[in-house]
Amino acid sequence: MPPPLFLKREEESVRKMQNALNRFIPFLRRGWYAVLAGLLILLWLVGRFRENPVLFAQFMVDGIRLGFVYALIALGYTMVYGIVRLINFAHGDVFMVGAFTAYYATTRYHWGFVPAMLLAMVVCAFLAVVIERVAYKPLRDAPRIAALITAIGVSFFLEYFTALDFVFTPNFINYTPLPIKFKTWDVAGVTFSNIMFIVIAVSTMLLVILWYLVYRTKLGKAMRAVAWDKPTARLMGIDVDLVITFTFAIGAALAGVGGMLYVIVYPQIRTFLGVMPGLKAFIAAVFGGIGSIPGAFIGSLLIGMIETLSQGYLSSTLRDAIVFSILIIVLLFRPTGLFGEAAKEKA
Amino acid sequence: MKGKWTVLVSVLLVLSMLLGACAPKPTPTPTPTPKPAVQPTEAPPTATAVPPTPKPVEPIKIAILGPLTGDVATFGASNRDGAIMAFEEWNAKGGVLGRPIEWVLGDSQCDPKAAADVAKKVIDEDQVKYIVGAVCSSESIPISEYANQKKVVQISGTSTNVMVTVDKDGKVKPYTFRACFIDPFQGSVMAKFALENLKAKTAAVVLDVGNDYIKGLAEEFRKAFEAGGGKVVVWESFVKEDTDFSAILAKVKAANPDVFYIPTYYDKLNLIAAQAKQKGITAVLLGGDGWDSPDTDLAACDGGYYTNHYSPDDPRPIVQDFVKRYQEKFGKVPDALAALAYDAANILLASIEKAGVDDPTAVAKAMETIKFEAVSGTITFDQFHNPVKNAAILHVKDGKVLFEASVSP
Repeated sequence: MPPPLFLKREEESVRKMQNALNRFIPFLRRGWYAVLAGLLILLWLVGRFRENPVLFAQFMVDGIRLGFVYALIALGYTMVYGIVRLINFAHGDVFMVGAFTAYYATTRYHWGFVPAMLLAMVVCAFLAVVIERVAYKPLRDAPRIAALITAIGVSFFLEYFTALDFVFTPNFINYTPLPIKFKTWDVAGVTFSNIMFIVIAVSTMLLVILWYLVYRTKLGKAMRAVAWDKPTARLMGIDVDLVITFTFAIGAALAGVGGMLYVIVYPQIRTFLGVMPGLKAFIAAVFGGIGSIPGAFIGSLLIGMIETLSQGYLSSTLRDAIVFSILIIVLLFRPTGLFGEAAKEKA
Repeated sequence: MKGKWTVLVSVLLVLSMLLGACAPKPTPTPTPTPKPAVQPTEAPPTATAVPPTPKPVEPIKIAILGPLTGDVATFGASNRDGAIMAFEEWNAKGGVLGRPIEWVLGDSQCDPKAAADVAKKVIDEDQVKYIVGAVCSSESIPISEYANQKKVVQISGTSTNVMVTVDKDGKVKPYTFRACFIDPFQGSVMAKFALENLKAKTAAVVLDVGNDYIKGLAEEFRKAFEAGGGKVVVWESFVKEDTDFSAILAKVKAANPDVFYIPTYYDKLNLIAAQAKQKGITAVLLGGDGWDSPDTDLAACDGGYYTNHYSPDDPRPIVQDFVKRYQEKFGKVPDALAALAYDAANILLASIEKAGVDDPTAVAKAMETIKFEAVSGTITFDQFHNPVKNAAILHVKDGKVLFEASVSP
């Protein structure tokens, strides 16, 4: 008699646990707990702010600067995803090529800041068009996973090919002298540098241009139409391939500028430079709602601030763990991100 | 049809097994030397030193390990050049024990995994009995474990972590030595210098938690600095992949310390120092021998001090002589890594000469009691196989590195 009793009890406890879980999961999905968690974090931040407002302000300022750089990369991710539903993992490496281009232009050929930036844009746009035509276009009708794996392959190819001695270099390069002499100002204890203003000004300008391009020009209209419904767009006389190529080129040009600004802020250039910022920008794009342009921008600013705040108040070794947990949490509980619309799953 | 295939496949399988079993037998090469790794030595001088022998003497093989690729590749290159220079000088004098020296290069990539692989390769495949290297402590520790297991003498030029020559239980590894002083010494020398010469009261310290060398220096600095009455006001760690140090530096800026100890390698140092400057941090930057590289951004760490094993400006004749010969050969001033690799190689060869036999166990015994006049100072070994010698403090000023002081243990 005892064994069955024991078994029964165990079964019972398992069932109880299942019931508890079944109740708990919808509870999690309902969403008010997220508000609660958000409030708790906010409360904690307010506490930290009152402890040392100057330090807090400094963290925010640094976070915004980082966020603007991420925004330049995240926009490329999100635009390409919006149009071809492809997560272009090679994007971070295009960003790296932009950094190298700007470095060579300014230090070897003594170009100014603006021409070097334009060159980085052109080179990156060209590179992205080549990648798109060679690696992605033949796979446009293949299952999406094939294109995704190809993107990872292209990413590794760029990282290791550029690490060859006759391409760029396997070691890192110090970006000296910088194309801009940096200055710093202390405003009530918070340090601002001119590099930060340049990052923010350049990014904002590009974002305004991008906004104009997407929402006020014919090309932008075509892009939105292709994103909405490719076959119908084609029927309406839109050259879908050309629009897709343009999207890649625009995203890459932004990433090229991002690369240049990134290495000016963090003056060390190597071929694996794009991996981490690329992933972080991808998370930012998902956080903001992949496919959404304002979402990518807001998501990037938030990720930048979360990074510096967690580095400042928790520990820098925890920073990446926190940022990547955001990805997991967003994908689990709100796959559409902050601004994304519930995507109609196609093909 | 199916049966036919099965038969064919099984026949092929059996054949391949037979071939596999036979393969090693017909090629039992006594000296399996992979061609690209081995440098031919200049043999002729042996003829002048020893009476002409009918058959060629078998060379003594020594492996040189270090990071030849990766983030700290200049370390590996200096290490290699220093050791090769010592070997060539000995070969020119007639080799060791009348036998020429032949060297095998291995790339340990400053990575524990790669180091363990390359140690297995040189010990098992190339059958070396002596190893000069490696450079990073994180690669020397796995190498030392395998070397001691296989009774191979290892002498590292520059691995400063305590655990290189001592195992987990605090017992000395009988076959592992080093030519440099250890992390605690560098950390405490710098703390002493900061307290006494720079009159510092507060310090900030950053460290890479994943790196034994950096952690060792940082912890020892903190211990010595606080024991001497100073206060460590910021203690922050980062990880290897980090490029953004703004939050850490914001804290340093808010705490406004007198000195800022950055005991990292030059790659992170460049990033941290450049960003510290952007933040407007005015604390004096301090560091360890990881700063010693031609790729260090001297403009970013202007005004800083670091501990090192030797300085090319040291007026001792042995140093000046070494610097001159190195410059003639490689066209540049030797850094400490080259000097220490040169010392390590020389100590190894002198110990072989002292032991009088080509036997690692006897050589290790001889090395324990050797007293050697080296470029980086007069070296004797303590009970833990660490050299007892002076440290140099160097000062970075206006794009130059100047000799500041020599501090005794």
